[in-house]
Amino acid sequence: MAEQVSNVTHKYLRPKKTFPNVWCPGCGIGIAMGALIRAIDTLELDRNEVSIVSGIGCSARIPVYLDFNTLHTTHGRAIAFATGVKLGNPRLHVIVISGDGDLLAIGGNHFIHTARRNIDITCILINNYIYGMTGGQYSPTTPFAKNASTAPFGMVEQSFDPSDLAISSGATYVARGTVYHASQLSRLISQAIQHKGFSFVEVIANCHTQYGRLNREGSAVKMIQWQKECAVPVSTAAKMSPEELEGKFVIGKLHEVFRPEYVSEYQKTIDRFSREEKSDQQLQES
Amino acid sequence: MAEVETNQKKKRPFYKENVPLLMQGNEACALGALAAGCRFFAGYPITPSTEIAEMLSRLLPMFGGRFIQMEDEIASIAAVIGASIAGAKAMTSTSGPGYSLMQENLGYAYMTEVPCVIINVMRGGPSTGLPTKVAQGDVMQSKWGTHGDYFPIVLMPSSVKECFYYTVKAFNLSEKYRMPVTLLSDEVLGHMREIVNLPPPDELEIVTVSKPFEPPEWYKHFEVTPDYLSPMASFGEGYRFHLTGLTHDEYGFPTAKRNEIITKLEKLRLKTARHLDELTDVLVEMMDDAHIMVVAYGSTARAARQAIRIARKKRFKVGLIQPRIMWPFPDKIVREYLENVDLVIVPELNQGQVIREVKRLRQRHIRIIGLNRFDGELITPQQIVEKIKEERH
Repeated sequence: MAEQVSNVTHKYLRPKKTFPNVWCPGCGIGIAMGALIRAIDTLELDRNEVSIVSGIGCSARIPVYLDFNTLHTTHGRAIAFATGVKLGNPRLHVIVISGDGDLLAIGGNHFIHTARRNIDITCILINNYIYGMTGGQYSPTTPFAKNASTAPFGMVEQSFDPSDLAISSGATYVARGTVYHASQLSRLISQAIQHKGFSFVEVIANCHTQYGRLNREGSAVKMIQWQKECAVPVSTAAKMSPEELEGKFVIGKLHEVFRPEYVSEYQKTIDRFSREEKSDQQLQES
Repeated sequence: MAEVETNQKKKRPFYKENVPLLMQGNEACALGALAAGCRFFAGYPITPSTEIAEMLSRLLPMFGGRFIQMEDEIASIAAVIGASIAGAKAMTSTSGPGYSLMQENLGYAYMTEVPCVIINVMRGGPSTGLPTKVAQGDVMQSKWGTHGDYFPIVLMPSSVKECFYYTVKAFNLSEKYRMPVTLLSDEVLGHMREIVNLPPPDELEIVTVSKPFEPPEWYKHFEVTPDYLSPMASFGEGYRFHLTGLTHDEYGFPTAKRNEIITKLEKLRLKTARHLDELTDVLVEMMDDAHIMVVAYGSTARAARQAIRIARKKRFKVGLIQPRIMWPFPDKIVREYLENVDLVIVPELNQGQVIREVKRLRQRHIRIIGLNRFDGELITPQQIVEKIKEERH
């Protein structure tokens, strides 16, 4: 089984790229990357037609290792770049990988507007509750009263629930997984890629180096165990009261609706007004 | 709006060719972009550039292109760069505050060598400044705006006709040199109407970035070639390259090796430095026997052109130098003419920006004086003539 999994993974890693990677030993980002690769493999996507876009941060380093059309952009703007890539070549499957600081702080505006637009992009948020790369500063998801290197006396701000934010901004597919539930995570990611419209997957990951150390939460193993203990599947959560859900989080597919998708709606405008004769290929496609 | 053909049955043209048309500079920019092959526009409303976005939102779908209004200028330039990476000729238009917001991602485009065009219709600044008034305050910003060491190409038209041709040229240069090209227009130029005769689009010279011919496994996205211009594959063409704003090697992967850093950054300089002949576009008027030189650009050059004619009638030997490619600055030509003059006047709608460049090239003692106006109005020909008289008295 392990051999099978790594065979799949190795198929999609870049031969020219030297390892080891930039992440700390035990980091959850590698597991999330594996889940993404398996999702793409299950869907049998042509790798020439997959584009992976990221911003800045630990999680944003994923694309460099992957053998797709990869784009490592500026801080917070990944999703805006991805919008351009999708509109520049609508055939591409565009996947954005981002962290909590990247997507929700500096990129918050792009996030809500891209969700509202319902453009066919898949956005994967690796949520580790902290800015890892710059040394453990608090992010928009750092829980109240937790420590960070810029909140040495405890966080006094309230935090975002990224999935709630995505739903209320208009994302048409929203799911949450953890790096502990790795095979469920790759299922969720493949559903998200298949979904036509803006899809969002929040991945709860561990940062034992920064968040864990500052909050005395122990090793990588202990933090991943915490994910196992606190994760409640959607079906179970439906039967639980809000009090029982206190301190826990729900995993699985949280939301799916179907609304007109931006690229295909715009295509209708082009088809209606276009003065250029259609090529044979386009005629076949339509 | 200019006369735009909206007859759906007719395939082309999208403007009436070779007949006099009355249009604004902004409209000419939009038509120039379409003629150059622009098929993607992302922007955010801002006075005085909005007409370009409005016109393209209507015209782009007719040519299979896409228009999107993003949530801000940062996202606009990001989407433009993304679309260009995916293979569409892309542009945005904005004005001062928006141009400031775009600077970080512009740096990304210089670093990752992505072609795109930015039209900055200048207005009074700093900050919100004078949204409906003319200024030329962004000339230095267009050269030094983003952080780090880079060498931009910036064009400055001075008439509606030039707005059309220089937008086409901006696309051509950006495709050839694989970098963002800024077109600096201004409020007067953007909103002024003039009669123009536009040629059929297929008579224009259109440059498109060259595509690689080698197999994907040999492909280097940032290959250093003898002329420092490398072919470019797009996403979805089977080349699967990596792009990053980190300093990278020829393949595009991040590097911290000293020789690779130097190679990369030198390439950014040599791309333009090795092609200065092509990147020099200066209009020289009446300089043969001139003792006085006026260096003017953009809408100020219009006043200067008239001023030298008036001054000539008053027996002043005066000529005009108008850089239409502002950056890289035409050092060679300006230095040559500085040899033969003893007075230089640099009229600008700012408190003295390009005058610094002229002073930089001064080899011997010559008077170089600025004529600066920054009250939101144009410099008049009379003001320039008065200045000449005053200096020669």
